[in-house]
Amino acid sequence: MLDTNLNHAESHEQIDELLKNNTNVMVCCGRMGPMCIPVYNIMEKLESEYPHVRMVDMDFDIPVASLIRNLPECSYFMGLPFTVYFKNGKAVNATSSIQNEEQIIGILDEVFKD
Amino acid sequence: MTKLEKDNPIFIYDVIIIGAGPSGLTAAIYTSRARLKTLLLEGLSVSSQALVTDKIENYPGFPEGIGGFEMIDRFKKQAKIFGTEFVQEDVSDIQSFKQQGVNIWQVEVKEKRFYSFSVIIASGAQFKMLGVEGEKRLLGKGVSYCAVCDGAFFKDKDIVVIGGGDTAAEETLFLTRFARKITLIHRRDRLRATRILQERIFANKKIDIVWDSVVDEILGETKVQGVSLTDLKAKKETEISCDGVFIFVGLVPNTNFVKDVIKLDENGFAKDVIKLDENGYVIADSNMKTSCDGIFACGDCRQTILRQVVTACGDGAFAAFSAQQYVENLKGTAYK
Repeated sequence: MLDTNLNHAESHEQIDELLKNNTNVMVCCGRMGPMCIPVYNIMEKLESEYPHVRMVDMDFDIPVASLIRNLPECSYFMGLPFTVYFKNGKAVNATSSIQNEEQIIGILDEVFKD
Repeated sequence: MTKLEKDNPIFIYDVIIIGAGPSGLTAAIYTSRARLKTLLLEGLSVSSQALVTDKIENYPGFPEGIGGFEMIDRFKKQAKIFGTEFVQEDVSDIQSFKQQGVNIWQVEVKEKRFYSFSVIIASGAQFKMLGVEGEKRLLGKGVSYCAVCDGAFFKDKDIVVIGGGDTAAEETLFLTRFARKITLIHRRDRLRATRILQERIFANKKIDIVWDSVVDEILGETKVQGVSLTDLKAKKETEISCDGVFIFVGLVPNTNFVKDVIKLDENGFAKDVIKLDENGYVIADSNMKTSCDGIFACGDCRQTILRQVVTACGDGAFAAFSAQQYVENLKGTAYK
């Protein structure tokens, strides 16, 4: 389990439920490394500012992470973390490696503006 | 409670430490043990360079080496044991004002302000970008600044590493666990890395070195496919095919928020500013005092000739002791 204050997605059932019950979902899949930690920190901070977006993290090394790793949107990704934005259960944006607050806000505002 | 504290209605820390790398955490351990009210502001958007290091082999007391992540975790636990408060926010500004004739530092984060009699800047440094075409676009798609994080994606692949210092050498050696072949590209005709690392590099059959060359572009549309480079001596351009490019060409200090720090005199006129060198590193003396009274700097963000965990820790201890003396002098509780 990742040592963050975010909710963790740890099973297929959890992910299914998350995507079924929430229009806007952001999943950050990584480890406790220097490129991942800043992204978790930013998500923790933005959670209250974006109440219409469910933000969760996911350990890159657990079996269910294959759901993220094997997405077509992540096929060329070679840098942790993999961050995927889902709208109505569909991946609508994805980034690889570290992102700053401005970049994350840019994506959140663009893909979840409605 | 001292008279100074009674006279100041806002809550004032004795010391605010900015940064949670080895220097900041060491300073926190020392100031907390000195029973100074210590707040550590841990950066939100950057993390310590030590975290990027797979194994730290030159910190005394760990003959087998220790992982950077584990080391920072231990430092943090130690600081918490002695009472350091932690807040996770990026500092946006530092201002000073006078209250009851005493200089107070106001440290601003996004939506809050914290007050302190002294500040220790331990904000560290972050990886420097090469600044070539393709670098930003292919970040996470073959371009990386962290071998520990991304090395495993390059199993049996060909990698280019750019740089010639300790970090480049250490990370190149780490990457040999995964890569089929590594080409180390350096702009000079010899490495700056520590000799023991150079010996390991030269002895490793997976590593080729391209000397006197600079990378001009990282090639590929959706993922890295190669680099184009120029041989500076032969003035010849070539290309190397590869699946990944790891860049370790130095650091840039995290000191943007320091640039406008001004200490005012009793009439509100600018008295001191924090001096930075031409690369943005904070200039501090051997006791970690900056040009601004009450502000201290330590670790990778400070102008120094060596940036290692062990030197950062030493810096942190000096900064803490100097801050302690400064605060105790203000309060009239100094041991004389």
